[in-house]
Amino acid sequence: MNNPKSKQPKPSSQFIAFFKKEFRYIFRDTWTMIILLILPILMLILFGLGISTEIRNTRVAVFDPSRDVATQQIVNSLSTSEYFIIDHYLSDISEVEQTLKKGDIGIIVVFEPRFNENLNRGNATVQLIADGSDPNTASTLVNYATAIINSSPIVTGNAPTQIGTPLPRIHCEIKLLYNPTMKGTYNIVPGVLGIVLMLICTLMTSVAIAREKETGSMEVLLVSPIKPITIIMSKTTPYLILSLFNLTSLLLLSVFVLKVPIVGSLVLLIGLSLVFIFVCLSLGVLISIIAPSQIVALLVSAVIGVILTLMLSGMIFPIENLPLVLQWLAQIIPAKWFIEAARNVMIKGAGIAAIAKELTVLGGMALFLLALSVKKFNKRIE
Amino acid sequence: MIVVHNISKQYRKVQALSEISFSVGKGEIFGLIGPDGAGKTTLFRILTTLILADSGTATLNGWDIVQDYCRIRENVGYMPGRFSLYQTMTVEENLDFFATLFRTTIAENYDLIKDIYSQIEPFKDRMAGKLSGGMKQKLALSCALIHRPLVLFLDEPTTGIDPVSRKELWAMLQKLKSEGITIVVSTPYMDEAMMCDRIAMIQKGSIMTIDTPQGIIDKIPQKIFAVKADNMSCLLADLRKFESTETCHTFGEFHHITFRYDNEKLCDELKFYLQKLGYNGVKIKEIEPTIEDCFINLTDSRI
Repeated sequence: MNNPKSKQPKPSSQFIAFFKKEFRYIFRDTWTMIILLILPILMLILFGLGISTEIRNTRVAVFDPSRDVATQQIVNSLSTSEYFIIDHYLSDISEVEQTLKKGDIGIIVVFEPRFNENLNRGNATVQLIADGSDPNTASTLVNYATAIINSSPIVTGNAPTQIGTPLPRIHCEIKLLYNPTMKGTYNIVPGVLGIVLMLICTLMTSVAIAREKETGSMEVLLVSPIKPITIIMSKTTPYLILSLFNLTSLLLLSVFVLKVPIVGSLVLLIGLSLVFIFVCLSLGVLISIIAPSQIVALLVSAVIGVILTLMLSGMIFPIENLPLVLQWLAQIIPAKWFIEAARNVMIKGAGIAAIAKELTVLGGMALFLLALSVKKFNKRIE
Repeated sequence: MIVVHNISKQYRKVQALSEISFSVGKGEIFGLIGPDGAGKTTLFRILTTLILADSGTATLNGWDIVQDYCRIRENVGYMPGRFSLYQTMTVEENLDFFATLFRTTIAENYDLIKDIYSQIEPFKDRMAGKLSGGMKQKLALSCALIHRPLVLFLDEPTTGIDPVSRKELWAMLQKLKSEGITIVVSTPYMDEAMMCDRIAMIQKGSIMTIDTPQGIIDKIPQKIFAVKADNMSCLLADLRKFESTETCHTFGEFHHITFRYDNEKLCDELKFYLQKLGYNGVKIKEIEPTIEDCFINLTDSRI
């Protein structure tokens, strides 16, 4: 008794005990389990199936003043794909708006006069007009149509008449009526990924630390040799692991069920997601350090993590269409940077150089939030 | 072991503690006796380094509560008034968790907690949230003790548990004292004060008196009389109207009364006064003061 303990702490065993405790909590609480493991999958399926059913068998109207072999082949390519059905030909360009307004036509393909001649000169233009009031569908339709047109035999040069000549290129001019600047909402998968990671990492972490404060166990924890950094690390690691699990399941789901391919490097996508996960975790820790109770932590993370993210990340509303103030605000929403980069990697197949800016911003955010958390962590209870 | 000097703490407009000073010797059971809201929990939190005092200093085993908070946290056991263990973990998992937190094992200090833990060991696979109040407190005490602390802080350990468990807990504290562990315990129950070596009576953030329980009883200047009659409902009011009454309070089936001055005839005068008011079966007897009498006496004399 007379020689007080002066053994050095073994943070590793404390960490493991803490880690086990956290996992026990997660696995013993049915609702936590449901939120963590079922909700993400449900979200992706709901959002994802919402788009993938709509784009099949879309009715297409065509305006074709040239009526030559090239336009014929392109229209053929479109109609043989599973996405498009050629509905009718327009007789005059002025019918475009009226046709779209009726609502049963998803996209209008407008060829320029003397299309084949221009194509042989390597300078042909097709205009794709879609209804931008439903930006998700519109952008998907436009992307699919562009892809089909560019892979049409007459264009790729596989058609017998084109042998030996330089590859012609078609310039697809995309025009979205009613929402002309529509960009942003390229594909729903990066968006859902962003929301889900935000939800799990930020919301669950913030509630996890706030819970200790609320139940009073933080008092007991603080009156022990455990270091703040050990508490923070052991509180976040379980959610990091769960996020990786969710990331895997969501990617598998989007590739095999929703048929959304990952064009770019998978390693890069996972690396990017990891950086984003760190941002979310640090944000969750920071919220929980400031919030006095679970309900406050929950509300703050729900507002920042879900509502602001949904609104300002470009997932639902294109950032360019927001009021200027909200556009500025969107710049500090981590999911905005993640979704942008994830979209580039997943859909466009961008390399690390193309998303370097997003990676830097996210990394900076993570470091800033983590440093602030460790600094703000109260080693006392007031 | 513990030296507290002029500790004050204010919460917004409420003065939670004002100029608290006392010291506790090694191996002593020191009781903080006072009603809810007296400042007991605040004092515990200051001494366990959880909150900072506005002014004043305190040391534990020579360590300053502000500068050396790390050393203090390693060497004290703290059991908050509210059950603060993990409800979704079993009894054994909780104990194991706190053992690891303090870099020890259940086996290493099992002898210290054996008496109390053996009572809840049959339920070691039960979730802590599903234990009864008494068992929860025994588990919390086991967790606070698992690292063999130098000082044990128990904030109202017997609040809300049955009389048998209360007795068992106090017996446990006596045993810990014999192991050389210094214990600071708070309680709103005056009868438990007698179990402490020394007590501090605390009211509205300041200490009214510090002494051994017997010392406090001996210090009470007035004689105390217990009064009983067949019709108790109006008796208290009538006793207070009696011209020589200083204080009068209800204690179970009796009212305890003190007089403004010492006079052997006063008892007879009171009896006559009551009979004149129509009371039957009036009984008046002098009694040995209890701690509660002392507390009320001290409280009244301060108003």
